[in-house]
Amino acid sequence: MSTTLGITSRFDETAAWALHASVSVRPERFGALLYDFRTRRLTFVKDPMLTRVLTCLAEYGTPQAAFAAVGVPEEAQDRYLVALARLAETEMLTRTSGLVSP
Amino acid sequence: MTAARSTGRSLLTEFEAGLDAPICLTWELTYACNLACVHCLSSSGRRDPRELSTAEAMAIIDELERMQVFYVNIGGGEPTVRADFWDLIDYAVDHHVGVKFSTNGVRLDAAAAARIARTDYVDVQISLDGATAEINDAVRGAGSFDTALRAMDNLVEAGVTGFKVSVVMTRENVDQLDAFKRIADVRGAQLRLTRLRPSGRGADVWDDLHLLPGQQRQLYDWLVDHAEEVLTGDSFFHLSPFGQALPGLNLCGAGRVVCLIDPIGDVYACPFAIHDSFRAGNIRDAGGFTPIWKASPLFAQLREPQSGGLCSSCNFYDSCRGGCMAAKFFTGLPLDGPDPECVQGYGEQLLLGRQDSVRPKPGADHSRLLPLTVKQRGHLPVQACVEDPLAGFDPNAHAPLSA
Repeated sequence: MSTTLGITSRFDETAAWALHASVSVRPERFGALLYDFRTRRLTFVKDPMLTRVLTCLAEYGTPQAAFAAVGVPEEAQDRYLVALARLAETEMLTRTSGLVSP
Repeated sequence: MTAARSTGRSLLTEFEAGLDAPICLTWELTYACNLACVHCLSSSGRRDPRELSTAEAMAIIDELERMQVFYVNIGGGEPTVRADFWDLIDYAVDHHVGVKFSTNGVRLDAAAAARIARTDYVDVQISLDGATAEINDAVRGAGSFDTALRAMDNLVEAGVTGFKVSVVMTRENVDQLDAFKRIADVRGAQLRLTRLRPSGRGADVWDDLHLLPGQQRQLYDWLVDHAEEVLTGDSFFHLSPFGQALPGLNLCGAGRVVCLIDPIGDVYACPFAIHDSFRAGNIRDAGGFTPIWKASPLFAQLREPQSGGLCSSCNFYDSCRGGCMAAKFFTGLPLDGPDPECVQGYGEQLLLGRQDSVRPKPGADHSRLLPLTVKQRGHLPVQACVEDPLAGFDPNAHAPLSA
């Protein structure tokens, strides 16, 4: 299943995703800084709610499950999926098995 | 850098108001240097006896880890001449603080290159200010071109890719932009260009080496053509009024998102501003670095909204935001006015009316005691009596660094 938002067409939103192990998240009042030690890429997340989605994604697996856990309103979800797709493109997000380790 | 955008204040506004920790922190480990570059920002040469001990340096790394400073830009002086250099690098990596260090390459032998190849957390940039020995050595000293190239070859041999070739743009090397890029490209490296600043010994040579107005345009056009391929450390935002903004934050980050820790623990607003006017504190003060970053009166002042001052009526203020604070300060121009290299020419006008006596002197001078001038091409190399902090050290014939 994919949205019609172009960039997300290659992003499987039904799959389980997590931040790559090489990515660090530094919370800021406007959202967060993400830094990937592998690629030395710095990304600004300009939204505290999206930051919460990213930090709990590994726990909930799919974007939808994380959206529900954080309480992302319906109308914001497409926008968030675009952001997640962009992070997946730069390999800051990575596919996981979706199995939550105990 | 990319931004996953949403609502609220612009990132620019957020950065101007300062972050809880620096994004980019420069840390100069020593004032000692085997070279004596004429434009050295930190007037380096001799080690300062007050330089931080290994334990003090490690305590800084602990603090940076707590503050989630992702990486530090380590420089000097020549940082690799510190006996504990690799211990500090290893300590930083073990504590999740990435390292990018600048070097002239003097100690970057095969063993050092192999160490760098082993981790993603260590990045290196080799300084090179001419694409030919003639242009480079006139600024950086005899033999420095060969030293830098040999260091690059060692990195290539060890399988390191994506290291940086770091060039300070001058009147003499601006015609070599394509040649610099070839030097980087054929080695799988990335070119990084930065601005000549009138800081440290740079103040002494700035009049002779800073880009002429036509050369600024030449550089801008080249940067636009190669925007995705070169790094600039955000140093050319004063050129943005030529047209489209160059990639980067396009703001002065001093005390807001960047700062400098110098070899004796003094914290300055930026690496180009080693002067009491921009000194926020010393990490040996109670509490270390954190309270300086969060609460020093100087940094608080730099994070307040700035007015354009003399520039407020200029149509281009929004794109250049008045340029570089340090460049203004060390050329004796008012901080709330145009950059000395303002592309509209306003800085030049002010420089013409300026008294030489208003040019501030650098805060500390660790130069070795010899007069430095940009060497005319064809001159003989520096005299043999230069006092060398690496006395007896032969870069071609030393034992591998200990593991």
